[in-house]
Formats: sequence, C-alpha cells, structure tokens
Amino acid sequence: MEAASGPRLARIGAFRAPGFELKWLIIGACVALTLYLGVVPLGFLLWQSFFTPQSAAKAAEFTLGNYREAYASEETWLLFWNSLRFSAGASLLAFALGTLLAWMNERTNTPFKALFFALSIIPLIIPGILFTVAWILLGSPKIGLINLALQKLFDTDAVFVNVYSLGGMIWVDALHYSPMAFLLMTAAFRSMDPALEESAVMSGASVPQVLRKVTLPLVWPAIFATLLILFVRAIESFEVPALLGLPVGIQVFTSAIYQAVHRYPSQTGLASAYAVTLLVITSVGVYFQSRLSTRGNRYATMTGKGFRPRLIDLGNWRYLTVAIFLAYFFLIVVLPFAVLLWSSFQKFYSVPSMEALSRLTLEPYRTILGYPSLMRSVWNSLLLAVSTATLVMLVSAVICWIVVKTKLRGRWLLDNFASLPMVFPGIVLGLAIMILYLYLPIGVYGTIWIMLIAYVTRFMPYGLRYNTTSMLQIHKELEESAAMSGASWATAFRRIILPLLKPGLVAGWIYIVIVSIRELSSSILLYSPGTEVISILIWELWENGQYVELSALGVMFIIGLFFLVLVAQAIGKRFGIREA
Amino acid sequence: MLNVNGLCTEYPDERGNVVRAAQDVSFEVPAGKLFTLLGPSGCGKTTTLRSIAGLEKPRSGEISVGGALIYSSRSNVFIPPNQRGLGMVFQSYAIWPHMTVFENAAFPLQVSKSRIPRKEIANKVLRVLKVVALEDLAEREATKLSGGQQQRLALARALVMEPPLLLLDEPLSNLDAKLRERMRFELKRLQRDLGITTVYVTHDQSEALALSHSVAVMDRGRIQQTGAPREIYERPANQFVADFIGTTNFLQATVAANGGAPGLYRVSSEVGDLEVRATDTLQPGSQVVVSVRPEDIHLSERRPAAGSNVLEGTVDTKVFLGESVDFRVKVKERVLQSRAHPSLGTRVGHPIHLSLDPEKCVALKDIPE
Repeated sequence: MEAASGPRLARIGAFRAPGFELKWLIIGACVALTLYLGVVPLGFLLWQSFFTPQSAAKAAEFTLGNYREAYASEETWLLFWNSLRFSAGASLLAFALGTLLAWMNERTNTPFKALFFALSIIPLIIPGILFTVAWILLGSPKIGLINLALQKLFDTDAVFVNVYSLGGMIWVDALHYSPMAFLLMTAAFRSMDPALEESAVMSGASVPQVLRKVTLPLVWPAIFATLLILFVRAIESFEVPALLGLPVGIQVFTSAIYQAVHRYPSQTGLASAYAVTLLVITSVGVYFQSRLSTRGNRYATMTGKGFRPRLIDLGNWRYLTVAIFLAYFFLIVVLPFAVLLWSSFQKFYSVPSMEALSRLTLEPYRTILGYPSLMRSVWNSLLLAVSTATLVMLVSAVICWIVVKTKLRGRWLLDNFASLPMVFPGIVLGLAIMILYLYLPIGVYGTIWIMLIAYVTRFMPYGLRYNTTSMLQIHKELEESAAMSGASWATAFRRIILPLLKPGLVAGWIYIVIVSIRELSSSILLYSPGTEVISILIWELWENGQYVELSALGVMFIIGLFFLVLVAQAIGKRFGIREA
Repeated sequence: MLNVNGLCTEYPDERGNVVRAAQDVSFEVPAGKLFTLLGPSGCGKTTTLRSIAGLEKPRSGEISVGGALIYSSRSNVFIPPNQRGLGMVFQSYAIWPHMTVFENAAFPLQVSKSRIPRKEIANKVLRVLKVVALEDLAEREATKLSGGQQQRLALARALVMEPPLLLLDEPLSNLDAKLRERMRFELKRLQRDLGITTVYVTHDQSEALALSHSVAVMDRGRIQQTGAPREIYERPANQFVADFIGTTNFLQATVAANGGAPGLYRVSSEVGDLEVRATDTLQPGSQVVVSVRPEDIHLSERRPAAGSNVLEGTVDTKVFLGESVDFRVKVKERVLQSRAHPSLGTRVGHPIHLSLDPEKCVALKDIPE
C-alpha cells in the first residue's frame, strides 16, 4: 500500500498543476463578467446623464443641463406625479385582488381550489404586450368590444369604458400582475400559524384585540414587502404606459425614456436623467425590500412548522366568493385570450356577430406565417433565450459557489454586484447598454450580441437566486471528499457540484428561457433590422395597425409559452420528487 | 510515517474573531498504527485532521507523510488536498447522491492523473467493495443504502486508491448505538488486517480506548496527553484527562511526606490521609488533586484485614445497573462514587468501608481552571 503512495507524494514541486490555474481562470472570468455586466452600464448611464449629446460637429461636454431640463420643467413634475399615481394605483389594486384571492384560497372553503394555482402561471403565459393589446381590443372607446356591445344593447353612442386613461392603465396593469400579489400573499398566509391567533384568543383577547396585537404585527412585514415589490414592479412597467398612456399623452418615466430616445435628434442625456431618477426610486424600494426580508427571518423562525390551518366555513357566502373568483378568472384569462382568438380569424377587426361569424378566415395566420421577418424573429428569440439561460445558469453557479462555499474576502460584494441588475427597470438597462456600446467601439451595437448582453445582465439575479437555494443544500463535505479523492477543482465542479445543482439549474434555465422569450422593454431600445425578436415583431405589428395578424401571432405565441410552462412544471415536479 | 510538528491553525469565525483551533500540536504516527485524536467538541481535533488533509491551511508548523513534506510554513510548502493522495472518511460520509455505489468508489481512480484503464478500475473497485462487504450492492443508488452501508462505502472510497494514510473524522458518530459497537470491531479488524496507518478523530472515549494503538487527548487547541489507551486511563497527566476519560472522583489534598516506595506519597485529603501515586516529583506542603476511579474503590461491609487507604462512610444512594451497582458513599463531607459487584447489598444509610489501592490513586498537580 505504501509503495503506491510514493509517486503521488514525490510530486511536491509540481503542486501548482494546470488544474489549479484552470480554477482561477474560470473563477476570474466569471467574476470579471459579473462585475462588468453589473457595474459598467450603470457607470456609463450616470456619466452620460452629465453630458450634452455628441454630434459630428460638436464633442460631448460636461453639463448639468440634463438634470436642469429634467427638473426645471413642469412636465417632469407631472411625469413624477403620473408615475406615482399609476404605480400606487396599480400596486394597491393588485394587492387588494391578490390578498382577497389568497385569503379565499388559504383560509376559506371556496370551491375550485385547483384553479387558483393555475392563476400563478398566467403572467408567464400571457406577455404584457399581448395582455395590453387584448384589453385595447376590449376597452378602446372606438373599437373596444365592451363599448360596442354595450352601445348596441342600450342603443347609444356613449363611451362606457376607456382604457386610454390613467384608470385604464391602472386596471390593466393591476389585473396582469395580481397573480404575483396572490402568490406573495399566499406565502404570507401560509407562514402564519393560526395557533398564534388561537393562543391569543385562549388568553382572553377579543377579536379586535387579536387583530391589533397579534395578527397585524405579524403580517405587517409581509404586507409591506408585497406592496413594495408591487410598487417597484409597477413603476418599471413599460408595455401598459407605452400602449395605453402615450396615445393620450399620459407619460410615466418608462414611456418618457422611450420617447426621449425615439425623438429626433434623440435626447439620450435627458433620457439618462429620467433613467437615473427612476433608478434611484427602484433602488430605494429594493433596498427596503431586502432589509425587510432579512428582518422577516425573525418572524419566520417562530413559525415554519407544518400546520394545517382551520378553514373558515363560508356557508352560502361561498357562492359569492366563487362568483368573484370566476369573474376574475374570466377577466384575466378567458376574455383577453378569447378576443385575441376571435380577431385572429377575421380579415379586418370587427365585433362578434352572426355576420362576422360567417366571415371567419385563416387569412391572418397565412399572412403572419408568410411575414418576411417572422422566421428570423422566432429564430432570434429562441437563440437568445437558450444562450441567455445557459450562460446565466453556468456563470451564476460559479458566482454562487464563491459566495456560498468559500471564505473569500469581499464575496458579499460580489453577491451584491451580481444582484445589482435587479434594480434596473428593463428600459433603463436597455438605455444604459445602448449608450455603453454606442461609445465602446467593439462592434457590438446593432448586432444580436448587444441583446444577449442585455438579457444576461437582466436575468443574472434570477439565476443567482435559483442556484443559491440549491447550493445551500450541498454539504461542503461532498465537495471536500472529491478533493480528497484527488479531483481538481474543475473536475469536482463538473462532476459533483453541477450534478447536485441540477434541479435548481434546470428549473432556473427554463424560467429564464420563458422570461427571455417575452422580453420587450430592454429589446425595444436595442434591436435593429435583422435582430428583431418575437415581442418586437408584435410591437411593430401594433404600430402598423395590423391587429388581426398580431392576434394570430399572439395566439400562437401564447400556446407555445403554455407548452413551455407545462414542460417546466413537469420537470420541476420530477426533480422535486427525486430530491425528496 | 506521519509527522506533525508545531502545528498551529486558526480561522476567523462569523464575527471575524480569530479562533485558535489548534495550537502547537505535535505528534508522530508510526507506520501501520491507529492514532486517535480525542477531545470534546471544539477542542481542535477536527481542525488538526483537516490540516493534515489539506482542507484547512495552517498558520505555522510542519506536516510530513512517509518522509515527504506536505506542509511547512518555513519552506512555504502547501500541497493542495487533491494532490496529497490521502484517504478520508467524513463525518457525514459525503456519499455523492447522484452516483451509484460503484461510481462513488470508482471516482478517485477515474480522476487520477495516471490514466487507469477501465478494466483495472473495475477490478480495484470490486476488490475494495468486497473488503467492506458491499460487492453485491455495486449497482445500487448510493442514497438507497442504510447508514452503516454508507459508512462502509465511504471507507471503500477512501481506501480504493490505496492511500498511505487514512483519515477518519468521527466516522461512527452518525450510527445508532448497536451498529456503532459492531462497526467499531469491523473498523479495528480492517485496520489491523490492512495495516494502514490511520488517524482517527472522535469525542467518544470508549471508541478511542477500544480502537487505538495510541491516543492524544486534546483540549482548547492543545494536546493534553499522548499515550497508549491504558496509560491514559490509568495515569492521566492532568485533571482534564482524568475527567474526560471515564468517570473519576477528585479529592483536594496536601502533600504530607514521601511514601513507602519511589513515586508514592502520603497526603492528607478531604476524606482523610491517603497514600497516592504521582508521576511528577511532589514537594511536601504543595496542593494536589487526587483522582480515584469508581471501580478502584472497593466496598465492603466488614473492615478489610490490612492495607492503607481504608476509609469509613455511609451509603448515600445506590443505583442498580444490572451488571454492577453504583454506590454513592458519604465520607466526611464528601460523596464518593464507587462501582461494586451487584452481590453487595448494603442498605442506604448503613455504614460501609472503602479501601483504595494506592497505585490507583493518582495525584495530579492542582491547576486552577
């Protein structure tokens, strides 16, 4: 036995073997990439906001003019006020809807519970732009089905609903993101042990006292965190303000950035000043949110035990709750999809009637399938989605390993830098990257690479989150035993860490594929002819007024996403069982 | 075979304070012997083992295996763990859940620098699985194994590359009591049969005494005593060792005079005058602590015929344990613990005689805590 050890131990001088350097090469490359992606665009955005536009005649000079222009004008304060009203309205409405649904599902005996969780995948399946378009087809004053149907019914010309208004924007945006509120509040309801309330009752407290002294203090962090998330999300929202607000002159930050860039000559400085303001707002939101979630752990440790909450028997009231739910389901799924489906079989967009029924045609599908840029867009979308997901999951696995498994100094900083893109609204990230590569002459601007860079940056925090969850579950001895077996770092990473991360890797990969395919708000500033993606194509069809072709594409897109989500859930379930 | 010299390892804890986990640890393990690092949790035994493995980087000292230096702060040598070629069994076993039994055991050979042919790998793996009696389960998924089987698989994986040194980090602590006892014998037989030099870490003193050729008792980062199991048990070097290994009675005493033979002393203790044994030279008048193990206190209802160290007391409480009876006997103000044969049936409250063999009364220098 000891003879075998001779040659191994004799290699003392050569202990800096190639494997050792490969480790630092991979780690170094991943760290550099993360820092570059997370920090550089932000720096350029800040820098740009202090300069005049560069032109052939004049070089860019330092100025505070962008901010002066942005803040001196009354328009900006209107912008600020609009953004605030829109975001507050949308987040409160989404919160109210989501909380009601979560309460009905978690704490009452409302029927159709299986359908509730089907809701959670709706925002994934119906991209924002399609949901908004569908609601325009429903609620526009001129062509909206709801108006036309009601006008026919009451025989008037009055406009009943108008989505081209602040109220309409709030309604559409809140409806689309209410499932997110539902999921967040479901988690809050689940983490609250009813025994805490029951023990207060047993101590002699009255119901209002229980509510004031036990329930509210316990759920307050969850409520506040949910509201914060929804608010930040609403202020980042682009599709709804752009499609519903811009035509009637209601601007919010995101749509104002888009307009500033698309004006001629494009005012990137002004757009940057807006973007920096927006960034400050979202950063404050995300900061408080992260502080809340660390503080939230204090509450989590008290519960977390398995418990089966007592369901409230609603008696006959449950017909009301189920009616509410079905109405909601109708508004969020059935109606938008139905209107897209209907218009996708029409030659020209028109109200459903017996006469229109006789004119059903497959023409829009034929047109869209023959559309010159369709195949290219689909290919671009798939290519981008798959490469983004792969790159993000692998790089974030390495980053995550450094953060979770090593004792490297400054690793928390790396974690923060990698999560930095989370505070970037999509359009701000698009703007920052656009500016960066306009100045950086490396031939990326106007190619598909710039979109890949944007997507990877944008979705890196998601990858990190998926990987961190699984990485924390890997005992460090599993890796150490590989080292003791003689495996180099790279071998151990490939053969031990990555296979053990697989459930998280696969789930995160599919999620990123889905969100990449639907990405619009960053792409809108970065695409150029030849690098369109599906969501951009939908946008262009909308601008061209080709509603029926758009509907046909939308229907196919939704069905495609639906199958992707089904596959994702099936895989998630399979790995879930294997894990247990 | 293994030489550890002046090893110091420290690491920062969560709050950034430096934890001195191992301080000036030195020992030597001859080829083929099983050496145990024994101590309570946090004593630095695992850190010492991990420093030998290369999983911790020590601050100073020197470690060599088979004459080859694997760590030295002076000559700036640190061989990374994956090039030390040592076998290690982890406390959690660290069986890779995504591989079969065979794949787990074959891994060290597959990643080896000297490309081993597939056939030879299979032969070696099957041979080592046979040694640990897992050859029938080779194709099974590793997660389907029982605790004892996982432990044997971890051992097989550590042995498959025929390492010069085997490191075991509390390998039995995750097993239930019955299985632990059986594996203790298994492990001993295996180590003796293979003749592999082994460093064993445990907090369980009976495990250490049962398995080892030599034991080092550690506390607060330092080795307190190194010696053969019997030596450690019968001649503890200080209070910590006497207390940690087995159970014992401590008696405060003052040295009165030299005893009848070299190494024997007369002391006056809290329970009366005693003749005791000491390894150090003691000055008359100095304070000592006398350690007497319960099984070394003989109880009898009648006064023993002759001999020194005979005390009188009353039975305070007693506990019947089946194979023995534990008595607590009150002598003056002290209660002494004693283990007696179950046939002794003295009632609680009745007087009893205690006789203590001077050779088994160990005087230790009184070190204040």
